[in-house]
This record gives sequence, structure tokens and C-alpha cells, in this order.
Amino acid sequence: MKVLVPVKRVIDYNVKVRVKADGTGVDLANVKMSMNPFDEIAVEEAIRLKEAGKIDEIVVVSIGVEKSQETLRTALAMGADRAILVTATDDVHNDIEPLAVAKILKAIIDEEQPSLVLAGKQAIDNDMNATGQMLSALLGWSQATNASEIAIAGDSAQVTREVDGGLQVIKVTLPAVITADLRLNEPRYASLPNIMKAKKKQLDIKSAADLGIDVSPRLEIIKTSEPSTRSAGVIVESVEELVSKLKEAGVV
Amino acid sequence: MAVLLIAEISAGALAMDATAKTLSAVSSLGDVDILVCDANPDAAAKEAATLKNVKNVLTAKIGNGLAEGVADTVVAIASGYSHIVAPATAAGKNVLPRIAALLDVMVITDVSAVVDADTFERPIYAGNAIQTVKTKDATKVVSIRTSGFDLAETGGSAAVKAADAKESALSSFVEDRVQSSDRPELTSAGVVVSGGRGVGSEEDFAIIEGLADALGGAVGASRAAVDSGYAPNDWQVGQTGKVVAPDLYVACGISGAIQHLAGMKDSKIIVAINKDAEAPIFQVADFGLVADLFDAVPEMTKLVKG
Ligand SMILES: Cc1cc2nc3c(=O)[nH]c(=O)nc-3n(C[C@H](O)[C@H](O)[C@H](O)COP(=O)(O)OP(=O)(O)OC[C@H]3O[C@@H](n4cnc5c(N)ncnc54)[C@H](O)[C@@H]3O)c2cc1C
Ligand SMILES: Nc1ncnc2c1ncn2[C@@H]1O[C@H](COP(=O)(O)O)[C@@H](O)[C@H]1O
Repeated sequence: MKVLVPVKRVIDYNVKVRVKADGTGVDLANVKMSMNPFDEIAVEEAIRLKEAGKIDEIVVVSIGVEKSQETLRTALAMGADRAILVTATDDVHNDIEPLAVAKILKAIIDEEQPSLVLAGKQAIDNDMNATGQMLSALLGWSQATNASEIAIAGDSAQVTREVDGGLQVIKVTLPAVITADLRLNEPRYASLPNIMKAKKKQLDIKSAADLGIDVSPRLEIIKTSEPSTRSAGVIVESVEELVSKLKEAGVV
Repeated sequence: MAVLLIAEISAGALAMDATAKTLSAVSSLGDVDILVCDANPDAAAKEAATLKNVKNVLTAKIGNGLAEGVADTVVAIASGYSHIVAPATAAGKNVLPRIAALLDVMVITDVSAVVDADTFERPIYAGNAIQTVKTKDATKVVSIRTSGFDLAETGGSAAVKAADAKESALSSFVEDRVQSSDRPELTSAGVVVSGGRGVGSEEDFAIIEGLADALGGAVGASRAAVDSGYAPNDWQVGQTGKVVAPDLYVACGISGAIQHLAGMKDSKIIVAINKDAEAPIFQVADFGLVADLFDAVPEMTKLVKG
């Protein structure tokens, strides 16, 4: 059985994001980019499933600029077998929308025929939390989002999902799209020998145009602005002073 | 223009806070119908019908809100609506993108302001930027970040009708592992007391819960506290957890990473208790106390109880 893992190249989660003064977006020039943290978790889960003998091949796919190759190499160094880059833009500031990403992934899936897609639950740049569900819909597959535990048995998977009230356990028939939440696992670091080996692994490059998919956005970005900021208040000296301030403010 | 609002259901009952705040966010867009999907939708539907300015309440017998069935049910009636909306809860985020893809439109998630019928504001990059987007799609599929909206009023009496429920065999429900609690619900509580890695253990989280109870509030946690097993996952506040905006937020032993701030920085008053004077949480706190939480939190609990 084959698993496909979509991985997105995003601004590193430790970078302080700066909104461009002209309101056209955030500044991505010369900032550190990394694999979306949730996608690292998805890759790790795929590797564990392979180590457990549940799957045989892990194909990672990234959509965006050429440089996303770096992200794919990271996934290959972690333990993925093969990578596909779909170039869809030359400009890092041009974020490909989840609907277009899902259509591209569907085209790849039609060729590759995996039994499972393991995606991240959310990209930490656009914070959309949409691609996995959209892909599942386009494929007519089952979906399980926010997974914190996955058990594959035969032609179905039991998935524990993180939901608002706690946890929900569902069973999905395969093929399925499952999206990874934070507590699914702790991703490994790639070792130096594996980073070297990853350079020789297969990485195919296609373009969205080759696949015949229109990536023009449905959402026009009118502007990007700074959120309202808070300023630091006062440092109180004691618990007593704190409680009396809160009483003054009428919240205690 | 007409709006279809997918009601939030929690353990078979209408989640009034999330549903009524979503209603107030979208009621300027047109007549609103509310859809209740549940194994036994009637009681929740009856309650939804009491919301003011609702035209119809539709019911669909679909157990446990599984995404495939809910999406198919909505898509079957979607042509009657310009907007399909839901609160940006785990359930809403699960189903709306599926509906949008089936309709070949984009989804607009976590909307914090409705500018007009096609234009919406949403936070990106963990709330470090606010994007205003205008959609070109015919049907707008939108999830609402409810913490910034007021409750819609009750006193209405909408008609309740059954819709055609489309159950799907693709997935099935196994069980819920939810803990019931007498505390107010995290996303709608007036007071939230949260603990972080500084709390150090599951047992010591009782200190945080003690202060929350003294203040009549809900309990929250940082990701580090949840990952370490001190607190359950549904207490996580932040970019990838819950978004809260209470009157009072007390952060104890939380450093203030941007991913945590994303979930609480719109609170009215923020209090930080941390033994490290340099902790970034103090930069957003209205009142900061540099202290060991094991001394300060029990003392505060005692003082509040009076
Ligand atoms: C993709 C992604 C998503 C994330 N989503 C979230 C999210 O939704 N929510 C979230 O919270 N985090 C999230 N994080 C994690 C976030 O980056 C931080 O790691 C996390 O918030 C840190 O939690 P903390 O403040 O409890 O722990 P730490 O950063 O370790 O801080 C502990 C604090 O406790 C203080 N302390 C220790 N002992 C005491 C004591 N006795 N008395 C008083 N103070 C004490 C210390 O001074 C320190 O400031 C996410 C990270 C990633 C990569
Ligand atoms: N451009 C992309 N390339 C590869 N995978 C992507 C891309 N965009 C989104 N994804 C996948 O979809 C998940 C959810 O992203 P989003 O819907 O944008 O929040 C990510 O965690 C990835 O697994």
C-alpha cells in the first residue's frame, strides 16, 4: 500500500512575521522557510506506518515555487521514498489556494493511486485548515481531520480526532484522507547520512500547467494589515495589589 | 440573498453560544436558515427556532456530524443560498471545506469580520496579520471566528422543517471521549485561567483549576502543558487550539509564544504570573506579576474567595 504526503514550504514558525508597509502582504524575502510543522508530523506518521509494515511506499508532494524542492529533500531525508514537485508559481508571495492545491493533488493521485493521503491539518502561514477536506471531497473519499492516533486494519482506519469537547474516535474506509494534529507523534530529525542519501532519491518535477490545472485564485487579497497591538501594562508587586487592581477593573 | 447556517451541536444539544454568535455575524447578509444535523435533531432545532431573525430551521437526521453525510446534505440544498456558514469550531472546520470543494468554490475560514457580502477579514500567520479578501465565487462558504461577535437575541419562532438527510457509508462513528464538567465552556467563559509548562505536573494543575473555580471561570492550557499530559487536548488555547476572548485571562507559567498569543490576545484584561521577568507574555499583559506560581496562584485563590 502506498501513502501520499503533501508537504508545504512555509515561513519558519519561529520567525516574527512582518506585514509589508504598503499592505500587499507579509515580507517573505530572506526569511527562513521550513516544512509546515503539521506536515513533518504527517511525514513522521507515514514513516512509522512503513516501519510497522502497514505501507510500502511514501511519496511526498509539494506545490509552489521551485525552492520547495528543499522541503521535499527534508522529507526524503526523514525517510520518504520519492518526491514530486509541482511548480505553480515563481513568486513566493503567491500562495496557491487550498482548492487549487487539492485539484493538483487529485491529478497526482489519479496517477499514483495511493490508498492513503496523510496531510497536515493546517498550514501555519495561511491558517486555512482546508486542503485535506477539499481533496477528500474531490476524490469522493472518506476524511478524518485532526488525527492524534491512527490505527490501520485491513481496508479501514480507526482515527482518534482532537475535537472541541475532547476526542472523537471514527472509522474511515480506505482510501482516505487523514490530517495530522500536533499530538499524533514527535517528528524525528534527519541524520547526516540520511541527508546525504536523500540527495540521490528520485524527485520528479511537473508543473500545474502540465497537469492542466488552473491555479488562478478565487480570493482577491484586498489588503494585509497589522493586527491591533496590545501594549504592556503594569507590573504589580504583590498578589494583593493584583487582586485589588482586578477589583477596580470590575473583573473580580 | 439567503444564508444557510450549520448549527453547532454538542452532545445532541444546540451549542447556543457558537450558533448565536455566528448568526449575529452573518445576519446582515440576508435571510438566515439554520440547519441542524444530528441523530435526534428535534430538541436542538426547537431551540434554534427561538433565535431572532431566523427564517426556517431545517433538520437532518445524521448521527455525530460526520463530515461526508453533512456535506452531501448541504450540497443538495446549496443552490438556494448565497452563503453557507458555520462557526469556526472543530466541527465547522471539518465540514465547510468539504462542502466548498464539492461546489467548486474556495472556503474562507476563521473570519473575524464581515465587511460586505463578498468581502471578509481573517487572521493569518497566527494572528500576526489580518487579510481582507474578496471572493469571486458565486456561493460563499465561510467559517466564523465567534469570539469577536455578540450573541444574537432569542425571542423568535422560526418554522422547523425536515431536510433530506444524506447519510454516507464512507465513515462511521466509534465513540466520543469527552469529559463533562460543571465549569463554563472555554470559548464562551467570561474568565479563563490557563496553565503552562511552568505548572509542572497533572496533579499541580489543580492549583490552576482552583483559581478558575474561585473566579467562576474555565480552565485553559498551553500546548506544552497539553503535550506534557498536564491537561486534556480540548483545553489548548492558541493558533491551533481554541480562540478565547474573555473579560479576564490569567496566564500562569506560560511564556507567551506567538502561537499561544494567537488564541488569547483579544481578551479584555490579561494577567500574567511568571517567575521570569523577561517572559514575552508580560508584553501583552495588562497586569504582570513576577512570582512563583506555586505561591502566587493559591494566594490569589484565597484572596478572591475572600
Ligand atoms: C505548529 C505549531 C502550533 C502551535 N500551536 C500552539 C497553540 O495552539 N497553543 C500554544 O499554547 N502553543 C502552541 N504551540 C507551541 C508554542 O510555540 C510554545 O512552545 C508553547 O506555547 C509553550 O508553552 P508554555 O508557555 O507553557 O511553555 P514554555 O515556553 O516552556 O514556558 C513555561 C514558562 O513557565 C514559567 N515558569 C516555570 N516555572 C514557573 C513557576 N514555578 N512559576 C511561574 N512561572 C514559571 C517559565 O518562566 C516560562 O516562561 C505551537 C507550536 C507549533 C510549532
Ligand atoms: N502548496 C502546498 N503543497 C503541498 N501541500 C500543501 C500545500 N498547501 C497545503 N498543503 C497540505 O494541506 C495541509 C493543510 O493546508 P491548508 O489547508 O492550507 O491549511 C498542509 O498541512 C499540507 O499537508
